[in-house]
Amino acid sequence: MSDASQAIAAGSPLVRGAYTYASITDKIADLVLARRSGRAFWAALLIAGAFTLLFMVAVVYLFATGVGIWGVNEPVAWAFAITNFVWWVGIGHAGTFISAVLLLLRQQWRTSINRFAEAMTIFAVAMAGLMPILHLGRPWFFYWLIPYPNVMHLWPQWRSPLVWDIFAIATYIIVSILFWYAGLLPDLATLRDRARRRWQQVGYGLLALGWRGDARHWQRYDTAYLLLAGLATPLVISVHSVVSLDFSIANLPGWHSTIFPPYFVAGALFSGFAMSLTLAIPLRAIFGLEDFITQRHLANMAKLLLACGLVVSYSYAVEIFTAFYSADRFESATVIDRMRGEFAWVYWLVISCNVLVPQLVWLRAIRSSPLALFVIAGLVNVGMWSERFMIIVTSLHRDFLPSSWGHYTPTFWDWATLAGSLGTFALLFLLFVRFLPVISMSEMRRLNEESRGIDR
Amino acid sequence: MSSSSYGLVAEFSSTEALLAAVRAARASGYRHLEAYTPFSVPGLPEALALPRDRVALITLLGGLFGGAGAFFMQWYAAVINYPINSGGRPLDSWPAFIPPTFELAVLGAALAGFGGMLALNGLPRLRHPVFDTPDFHLASRNRFFLCVRAEDPLFDIERTRAWLATLSPVNIAQAPGSDTERVP
Repeated sequence: MSDASQAIAAGSPLVRGAYTYASITDKIADLVLARRSGRAFWAALLIAGAFTLLFMVAVVYLFATGVGIWGVNEPVAWAFAITNFVWWVGIGHAGTFISAVLLLLRQQWRTSINRFAEAMTIFAVAMAGLMPILHLGRPWFFYWLIPYPNVMHLWPQWRSPLVWDIFAIATYIIVSILFWYAGLLPDLATLRDRARRRWQQVGYGLLALGWRGDARHWQRYDTAYLLLAGLATPLVISVHSVVSLDFSIANLPGWHSTIFPPYFVAGALFSGFAMSLTLAIPLRAIFGLEDFITQRHLANMAKLLLACGLVVSYSYAVEIFTAFYSADRFESATVIDRMRGEFAWVYWLVISCNVLVPQLVWLRAIRSSPLALFVIAGLVNVGMWSERFMIIVTSLHRDFLPSSWGHYTPTFWDWATLAGSLGTFALLFLLFVRFLPVISMSEMRRLNEESRGIDR
Repeated sequence: MSSSSYGLVAEFSSTEALLAAVRAARASGYRHLEAYTPFSVPGLPEALALPRDRVALITLLGGLFGGAGAFFMQWYAAVINYPINSGGRPLDSWPAFIPPTFELAVLGAALAGFGGMLALNGLPRLRHPVFDTPDFHLASRNRFFLCVRAEDPLFDIERTRAWLATLSPVNIAQAPGSDTERVP
């Protein structure tokens, strides 16, 4: 075997090189406390900041003018905003999968990637949560979806999946933040103890809540952390299932299908693993974390990407089969329209990016090349966004009656909202890597203890 | 027994040394022991003979409260407070109430689990006597600390210090101050 294939083999070490408790801690903590922000960081921050400003401009203009600035109209009343929503929520799911499901399955390789994956989840769900609110005609009334005693004596419509959505998304983001913060507590204490500057000592000291590593505290902490993982696990499945019900409970051809919940969850994990790779590969290169986020980690994520991609491909096949097997002419017309109609290029882009490109991961040479994985992950990101767009727009623009058919063309402000949300996500992520440890130090110390080397 | 001291703190550089010290201290009859470690050390709760924690019970109660509360809220709104006959469908259409019930059960359990863990740990508590021990900032990096509390019946500043020295720790220090807040 070559060096590259050895590096991704199942038995290869999860930490490369000889590390002690102290050197692991110092290396990760110093990224936050001691490292000066390089030119690349400032350039990235500047670009992300510029797109964040674009997002703000797009949102202010939207609030001042209304959703007419977008390309949406009858019959295509849902387009970019809802596509962005579904796509961003899905990205979050891989972070929860890595941090919760892999913890319960005792997959030790999760340890060095779970922190940034959880951050990815929180920022992605934050972006997702904004989208339906932006899409409301009267966004200042969004709180009417939340049940509270009000002078109008009104309640939300409990039988609507849009109301289920707000419970699912709100629960998801709160539980994700709790899980992330619980994991951060011991690391914040480390930063407090190692900080030399006053503002860092005070800031991290307040956030650490006085954590002192008492054995009694660790015992309760371990229980709580495992339980939070157990509670986050069903959310991986339930949240995107509820999102898919927004579509499948409607009668529209191409939406009204029982395969939607598993189909959407698989797509969510697929796009999420793509985004994890998109973030992990530059992160390890820029911050010199190749010893902790090894080639084996990238290869494992790529395998999960491929597995989810196969489930997604299966779902595409079943969708086509069911449409013709049902003998429902509207269902089959929608499938033919997707393949050959106005948006056929989107459909074939989806098939290329989501079905064909991931098959390259079968090759060991591809799995051991970070650059190749980065390109594949980028294409899957594009493919999954396009898939959400395809599902939403093609079903709406050709429904039952030809008299109600229509067209959809995105405007500048549609694109600005998408690009702006990507920029805001990138800005939040950059601030996270600057101010918080990107790898869990306490879990790495424990991994070091369990695997080998003991600090004398 | 000195009232101005929190306890004596011995510093170790490995989990094995700490676990051995904890077992030796328990065997010598010390009962008011505390250990401080940079990560969750397997076997330490058993060595300290800590009771089972109650975080799981609190989490369960939080989940039951969240789920039952969510279902009751929807049932009350749809059947009692604001009944609407929509196409002859039953008012108590319970299958439609399941998604929010499930989500709020998870939310209630997560909030109770995290909040319960902090509350039982007495956190947030930014000020604690053990922080005044020399080298204690290494408890979050690479050192393991065993504290024999001054309130232990066997505690005697000189004898306990001599006994701790037999465990060959890296360092022995006194945690100054008492457990209660100092009055200026």
